[in-house]
Amino acid sequence: MERGGSSKVKQVAFTGPGARPATDGAMEVLHLTTQAEAGLRDPVIDTAGLRKVYRRKIAVADLTLQVPRGEVFGFLGPNGAGKSTAVKMLLGLVRPTGGRARVLGQPPGHIATLARIGFLPEHFRFHTWMRATELLDLHGRLYGMDPAARRRRIPELLALVGLTEAAQRPISAFSKGMIQRIGLAQALLNHPALVFLDEPTSALDPFGRMLVRTIIHELKAQGTTIFLNSHLLGEVEATCDRVAFIKEGRVLQTLPLHELESGQLQVELRVDAVTPALLAGLADLPIEQRVVDGAAPGPDGGALIPATTLQLRMAGEDLLPVIAERTLASGARLYALTPRRPSLEEIFLEIVGTEDSGQ
Amino acid sequence: MSTILTIARLTFQEAWRRWMVVIAVLLGIVFLAFYAFGFSLINSDMGGSRLSPFLLLAAYNFFLLAGLYVVHFLTIMLSIFASIDAISGEIGSFTIQALVTKPVRRWEVLMGKWAGYAAMLILYLGALGAGVILITNALAHYMPPNPVESLALILLEALVLLSLSLLAGTRFSTLTNGVALLMFYGLTFVGTWVEQIGAVLQNAGGVPGAATMVRLGSVTSFLLPVEVLWRRAAFLLQPPLASRTNFVSPFAAFSVPDPAMVVYAVVYAAVALGLAIWSFSRRDL
Repeated sequence: MERGGSSKVKQVAFTGPGARPATDGAMEVLHLTTQAEAGLRDPVIDTAGLRKVYRRKIAVADLTLQVPRGEVFGFLGPNGAGKSTAVKMLLGLVRPTGGRARVLGQPPGHIATLARIGFLPEHFRFHTWMRATELLDLHGRLYGMDPAARRRRIPELLALVGLTEAAQRPISAFSKGMIQRIGLAQALLNHPALVFLDEPTSALDPFGRMLVRTIIHELKAQGTTIFLNSHLLGEVEATCDRVAFIKEGRVLQTLPLHELESGQLQVELRVDAVTPALLAGLADLPIEQRVVDGAAPGPDGGALIPATTLQLRMAGEDLLPVIAERTLASGARLYALTPRRPSLEEIFLEIVGTEDSGQ
Repeated sequence: MSTILTIARLTFQEAWRRWMVVIAVLLGIVFLAFYAFGFSLINSDMGGSRLSPFLLLAAYNFFLLAGLYVVHFLTIMLSIFASIDAISGEIGSFTIQALVTKPVRRWEVLMGKWAGYAAMLILYLGALGAGVILITNALAHYMPPNPVESLALILLEALVLLSLSLLAGTRFSTLTNGVALLMFYGLTFVGTWVEQIGAVLQNAGGVPGAATMVRLGSVTSFLLPVEVLWRRAAFLLQPPLASRTNFVSPFAAFSVPDPAMVVYAVVYAAVALGLAIWSFSRRDL
């Protein structure tokens, strides 16, 4: 058994605080290809250097992004990163201090364009004295829908968000989750080409979250572009094609999620003990490796418990059989060889957390 | 245009459904009942005495003015309290975000709210004002001159305050807006009394300082042309003979406001509304 084996392993820290972006070449390459690709398509949202400064506080420092038609775009960042302000600028609610923005080919807040946009605000609240159908009827009127269209669309939407039973109830009797559902319904009244959802699931229970996911998938199938503002990584991971990481009002990185799946494979290798022979056996393969559990002092304070788990990262699964063969050839006993994708949370921490350590 | 109508309808419905108008109407009915009861008691007392027809007319006019003064007061209070929360409240509750991201212009939203409250005030003032005049007419067969013009002036008072309240609401919180408006109104209210008392003293034969009191009071009317409109309305409601008597009434007009003040008030309201639209269109929501 090798004692203190971890010191000889090529250490590649690619998750968690303290990691350096320089080690993450693969991800940056991916980032560049999709940006180029996205630029070729017809962008629904196109901004450059968009900026908002309130007196002394910089809410959005530099927002530069393109969202192509039909994409589900995730906008991720910690609280106070400027996500909501960015959305408000794209909707004409907030005037930018500088920069340039086009939404559906027009400047933000353009009246005819707003007719093709749906928006669920972060804190959707509405006149509590209204009934659910009245609320949707009002918003339908504001969208300029004629009475027949409203009569047809309102029951459809109430059914979609699961509020048919509550159609005649006043909003004052609604739970937070129900208010978020009716807010989602009002954002979809006009069959929008572009939908902004600002934290759409923050008040929802698991059923509600699943519903929002389903609705997003349906909208995507209809070709709707969706801009999803969220700090719930699970939601974003389950629904988005691409994500932008924003912090302190800046887009740190934009990543395609589906390419993450095919391009980056993380594998956990568990053996009876990580020996020098095993490490030597794997050394010439194009993989990054890291001992997870490490060699730690034993209970008696002296002896070391040997490492048993290695985390490997590689381009694809072609190498898996080779790894298995080499492991067995080194004399180690193989307990598990488990491929898994890096979660969005890990990537989030890497991108956003890295910056944090640099401040 | 349809957006303005939609928002006006929403505003009117909200005032009704949130019980605000209902309560105001109930209080108005209580007041009208009180007025009718009181007037009939006093009228039967006066019938027993030997007042000259001339004095009797002046007495009827006094009670009618007192009644309409209450109507004027209730209407401007409704105007202030209904609208102080209209813009700032919806900004604070984020309700406004879902409204103005529809294909609507912000000025349409603001005009819609203004129109909704204006419609509410017209109905309220019309019902109460007509109530007082008709009760007086039914009990004493007395009809004041210029009833419609006078009620229109009271409506103008309410619209001046409404426009100012919407303007303040685009920048200040509801509480700040309410405090500021009431204090502002209070200032001109007292200013008007200073002017009135000054005028009485002047009529009584040139007490020193009386002219200054009148001038000071009229300055406050320029700051907020509301009470001054009431005095113009009260002047119009007085029969020509009554103003020649020495029948002193706190509700009547002693220094008669110039008709130009009415034009000034209309311009004042229009400018306040225009500034409200400008301010609302520019602010971040």
